[in-house]
Amino acid sequence: MRVQVVRKKNSLIARLKGELDHHTAALFREAVDRELKKESVQNLVLNLQNLTFMDSSGIGAILGRYNRVKEKGGRVVICGCSKHVKKLLQLGGLLKIIPVYSDESSAVAEIMSKS
Amino acid sequence: MLMNYMVLEIPARSENESFARVTVAAFAARLDPTLEELNELKTAVSEAVTNCILHAYHSDGEGVVRIRAVVEDKKMVVEIHDEGKGIEDIARAREPLYTDKPELERSGMGFTIMENFMDEVSVHSSPGRGTVIKMSKLFSGTVNKNSH
Repeated sequence: MRVQVVRKKNSLIARLKGELDHHTAALFREAVDRELKKESVQNLVLNLQNLTFMDSSGIGAILGRYNRVKEKGGRVVICGCSKHVKKLLQLGGLLKIIPVYSDESSAVAEIMSKS
Repeated sequence: MLMNYMVLEIPARSENESFARVTVAAFAARLDPTLEELNELKTAVSEAVTNCILHAYHSDGEGVVRIRAVVEDKKMVVEIHDEGKGIEDIARAREPLYTDKPELERSGMGFTIMENFMDEVSVHSSPGRGTVIKMSKLFSGTVNKNSH
């Protein structure tokens, strides 16, 4: 699992590559939380386009980041998820609270327009 | 297809989760599953193995997880065994969103995912002695009877 983080104004874009499970969730958590600690970061865009596997540990880890961002008054959006990942997000109830976009540019445009 | 089986024994360490699910998926490949079915199987196995490591053995790296998978025609049966602490209240553990480790950001969705992605899931557990999760899935693909 690799996590690439990119800043765009007050939003953080995290691009996940590989497998998000119990073993790799800590890496994802640390990479994102390090940036979320910065006061200037408010929103989070999760790009899951290159995620090849996810299970319920991923649901927990995404929900954890959602709660952090919410505490800061920011928003989370997800983009590029496969049909399988989308099913998991739906089972975990995340689709009710996190908007999903097909690609990163539309997700970033959406979060920028409202911040 | 004649009955065929595999047995895998691994130390209960999180780095082995990926190996366990990929191995079972590779064994299922001969049933010609769709990509979606394969993803569902991998996810269900991942949930069961993660439960062993995190809950049965308290993430201390001790203990053994034993996986046995049997295929016959288009059906796979997977059993995941541990000799860990066992589950006191199975009905509660199977409830969606239930977790006794919220501080670890556990979603409590493990059993719900196994139930959604497999056709049958049964849980047998003896507190202090261990747990066996037995799951089965019928794959839609056409089995090549000459496959090896």
